[in-house]
Amino acid sequence: MTLRHLLIATAAVASLAGAAQAENVLKWGANRDIGSLDPYSFGDSFTINVLNHVYEGLVRYNKDLEIEPALAESWQVLDDQITWRFKLRQGVTFHNGNPFTADDVVASLTRVSDDTSPLKGNLPAYVTSKAVDDYTVDITLNGTYPLLLNDLTNIHIFDKEWMTEHDALMPTDVGAGTEGYATYHANGTGPFIVESRQPDAKTVFVANKDWWDEPQHNLDRIEFTPVSSAATRVAALLSGEISFTEDAPVQDLPRLAAAPNIEVLEGVDLRTVMVGFPFRDTLTTGEPNPFTDKNVREALYKAIDLDLIHQKVMRGKSRIAGATVAPPIPGYVEALDELPDYDPDAAKTLLADAGVPEGLEFEFNCLSDGLVNEEQFCQAIASMWSRIGLSPKLDVAPRAVQSPKRTNGKTDLYTLGWATLPLLDSYSPLLQIFHTKDGNAGVFNWGGWSFPELDALIDAAGSELDLDARLALQTKALQMVKDEIIMIPLHQQPMAWAITDDVAEMPLFPDAKPRLWFARMDGES
Amino acid sequence: MIAFLLKRIANAAFVMLAVALLAFVIFRFFGDPVEMMVNEQATLADRVELRERLGLNDSFITQYTRFVTDTVQGDFGISYRNQQDVMVLIKERFPATFELVLVATVISLVVGIPAGVITAVYRESRLANILQLGSIIGVSLPSFVVGILLILAFSVSLGWLPAFGRGETVDIGWWSTGLLTPSGRAALMLPAISLSTFQVTLVMRLVRAEMLETLRADYIKFARARGVPAARVHWRHALRNCLMPVITLTGMQIGNLIAFALVTETVFQWPGMGMLFIQAVTFVDIPVMAAYLMIVSLIFVVLNTLVDITYAWVDPRLRDDTASAGGSNG
Amino acid sequence: METPPALTLTPVRKARLSRIRESDLWFSFRSHPSAIFAVVVLLFVTATAVCAPFITPQNPYDLASLELWNSEIPPIWAADGQWPFLLGTDTQGRDILSAVLYGSRISLIIGFASVILALGVGLALGLMAGYFGGWVDNVIMRIGDVLLSMPFILIAILITAIASASLPTGLKDVLAAPILIFAIAVPSWVQYARTVRASAMVEARKEYVQAAKLIRVKAWRIMLHHILPNCMTPIMVAATLNFGLAILSEATLSFLGVGMPSDQPSLGTLIRIGNQYLFSGLWWIVVFPSIQLCLIVLSVNMIGDWLRDALNPKLR
Repeated sequence: MTLRHLLIATAAVASLAGAAQAENVLKWGANRDIGSLDPYSFGDSFTINVLNHVYEGLVRYNKDLEIEPALAESWQVLDDQITWRFKLRQGVTFHNGNPFTADDVVASLTRVSDDTSPLKGNLPAYVTSKAVDDYTVDITLNGTYPLLLNDLTNIHIFDKEWMTEHDALMPTDVGAGTEGYATYHANGTGPFIVESRQPDAKTVFVANKDWWDEPQHNLDRIEFTPVSSAATRVAALLSGEISFTEDAPVQDLPRLAAAPNIEVLEGVDLRTVMVGFPFRDTLTTGEPNPFTDKNVREALYKAIDLDLIHQKVMRGKSRIAGATVAPPIPGYVEALDELPDYDPDAAKTLLADAGVPEGLEFEFNCLSDGLVNEEQFCQAIASMWSRIGLSPKLDVAPRAVQSPKRTNGKTDLYTLGWATLPLLDSYSPLLQIFHTKDGNAGVFNWGGWSFPELDALIDAAGSELDLDARLALQTKALQMVKDEIIMIPLHQQPMAWAITDDVAEMPLFPDAKPRLWFARMDGES
Repeated sequence: MIAFLLKRIANAAFVMLAVALLAFVIFRFFGDPVEMMVNEQATLADRVELRERLGLNDSFITQYTRFVTDTVQGDFGISYRNQQDVMVLIKERFPATFELVLVATVISLVVGIPAGVITAVYRESRLANILQLGSIIGVSLPSFVVGILLILAFSVSLGWLPAFGRGETVDIGWWSTGLLTPSGRAALMLPAISLSTFQVTLVMRLVRAEMLETLRADYIKFARARGVPAARVHWRHALRNCLMPVITLTGMQIGNLIAFALVTETVFQWPGMGMLFIQAVTFVDIPVMAAYLMIVSLIFVVLNTLVDITYAWVDPRLRDDTASAGGSNG
Repeated sequence: METPPALTLTPVRKARLSRIRESDLWFSFRSHPSAIFAVVVLLFVTATAVCAPFITPQNPYDLASLELWNSEIPPIWAADGQWPFLLGTDTQGRDILSAVLYGSRISLIIGFASVILALGVGLALGLMAGYFGGWVDNVIMRIGDVLLSMPFILIAILITAIASASLPTGLKDVLAAPILIFAIAVPSWVQYARTVRASAMVEARKEYVQAAKLIRVKAWRIMLHHILPNCMTPIMVAATLNFGLAILSEATLSFLGVGMPSDQPSLGTLIRIGNQYLFSGLWWIVVFPSIQLCLIVLSVNMIGDWLRDALNPKLR
């Protein structure tokens, strides 16, 4: 056999193998690639979401986004109020066949809460955990804390033996300069198994036949392909090269909807888009910072024509927001959603009264790979601010370039989108954005503000176990955020998915996360 | 000859050291590596500790030496963006780019050589004029515009060929090839055509210039006078004489094609090294950028050195240093 | 995208050139319809670009002049077209015609300035290398070797990416164009330097230079007069073709997102933005800038080609 024949034979075998098994293949053309196969490697909702098909937490969200048991079957708070006892599900195995036990939970919690873990902040109240027996785990917190279950939905459970065997007990340390085993390999308990991965090209998942739960999906394979260019994604949908995308560009929806083989699924995302102010003494130009004056913040708010942005940039698909959280989020009340009048003249007066010099220069930091049509609405807002006599300097760049500037306070105004993930509770933005920067609190307080009264409310909510009392505290805190105009809420961004006609069911979730274990295709399986 | 050989190799090594210095400077001073690596909750103490551990406090020379030593062993560290071994990332992507460049090169020869001969032999014919006009349009169209046009025409309007990706690939050892499957070959068509437009015109212009020169040569005139059929004179005798420069050009251009493939790969979302690099640029993923720079330069330098050595072997006069000075304009 | 190799750098003897150049060139020009066409197009594009502030309805770089209500208007001949937006508007309400003219201005300026910069540096370094020889020559030529061993486009991307990531925002706006000029010029001076160096080396061996060196007279002045005219022909041709390449490079960098920012769009930036709307029916955002870009580069290349043929006696 010559080499040539061998090659052809190999190719034939490979293509046969591909054709034989693949019945229901969902070809997912995603907006971007996942960062890694290790869900603990990045504090990134999308990576965690995709890997949720492979890894599972102790609890999970059901189809109505309510928390239900997953790897844990039941739980209770012990008498000391700070220890939670979880009874684990028995008979669950990892993809490599290892049984799932309490040791795995302890090892995973240790790994995710390690100092080098980027996800440490997702488990803010965690102190320690221990295995009581093979199927019982105690988790100790630093105080009474109502949202542990919400946190745990996104803490994926690893197999301890597998981690030990491959020296992956701790998160990958970029500084060490060696690749972590879990970056390239996955071993969870979830409904899908990673078959292969080529970063930025293709990651293939196959259905886990031994999944502990009764599958509602009928997929055999998911081929996950990142297609970062919006236009290419549309072209690929139209030509049937992909059968699903979680990010159909809003400007192309009419075209997609008109195509006979494509269905567009639209909704409003929970993600609230906001503009943040700096509260430091000086601006990046070295000039004194006028934005510490509430009237100046109000002027900038009044100068933005929210309705125009809604209609033109978001094509009528967004929901104009007055509150910093979306309506379905616990803690939201309608009064928070009240909008100011669009009034550029009043804005000018406010600026003049506050003594803001004409043509004041400041930076406006936006991402080119961030929110829906971010570059466009940033340009539109900058143009609206120029018309009340300011000179915003638009700084649009990829997240990787902007993030260090934002976290280190090396910019002035900035955009931020917050969907309250994974908590799905208004405590999330209150703690992470609006609280004074302090340890796990105020991690996204990039403007550097501090309102002690607000902090007191948030801290009180953080240890209040009674739901109604807690939500009342949070609503009060949100009202305060609104009154002080710490950030300008713009809108909840639109969410548009598209599927081709061979996909029968694809439930759309308001947190914008595809959960393909609920998806069905036309074929048998 | 051996002295010349050694000299050329030493020269190549020097160039690579200089490129390594450049890559190192970018690596070390472009942005703060520590800032890129730490997570948002990191404290000042964490940063200081990381800085010490990475050896960023060592002297410049120590750090550069370490960089070169690691690089020679193929160790570029791990990517900031997806925490994977950079060398593995590049090795995975290399086949995609190589196949794209290979097919583009084949297209450029298959189309460029006949076109060049025709424009030279039938200088005033209508076909030659059209080809000449085509060639000048070919060098003037930006390759990303060509790519967009091809996608609009063949993927969106006609729906004949895929607009992105590599299609099905088959693994042969670590090499993944798209040439063995129908969908892989279909996916290769548009990107390869788009990448080859510029190269086709280069080959065509070179062949034309060489042919015009050769056709004036005495032996061609002699062959004609002897009654050898014109086609035979043109396509066998004259063309054979032009092939050496064409091969040289093709060899030297491969490095450029690999680099220029990054534009094509961006337009067609082709999962090759170029797209890896562009993504590294947007994510400020410095280890990947440095590695890409080193590897593409290495390919470049090796090809140029080989071409020089081959030439010197064929034509001993070129072993003189001064003569080679005006040479390679890669 | 590199220098076309068919470029012949044979110096033409001066005496003959000066005698016949003028009339010959003019005659050749008149008999080349493509050259006439190219010059007319280029003059027209340059004139409209230079006069852009006076003839466009809008300054597309002034944020305050953009009105979002006017976004996505199709060209005037389409059903929903609106005066004064002859070629329609983009998603920010930016008039496409104005943007194309301002964009052409940026493209032409960057192309021209980078060629001049590369030419200046290349001539100076080439002369130095050829005249002084020895280690000066070595250093300059080795730097050139290193630059040429990295693909052109790669150097340009690295320079612009590094600059845009390390400069503060305030400066980035102002410096975007100078950075591009620099990034494009850096890899292209070597070609000129090599050409000049070759001529300079021949000249430097001549007796008058040796004599001048001995008596410490500034021989380089005399040399300049001899060398420059000798290599001017190939350099002019190369510069013209490089002008086209520089414009293409700028467009490519901007298309890749490392060139001009979206609030001061060049033609490449406009194409990048328009590319996102390719399937939304907003074809005019990408089509008009593309046509303009191709026209400019095409006419520059036609002039370059004609110049090369006209100045190269072998091809006549």
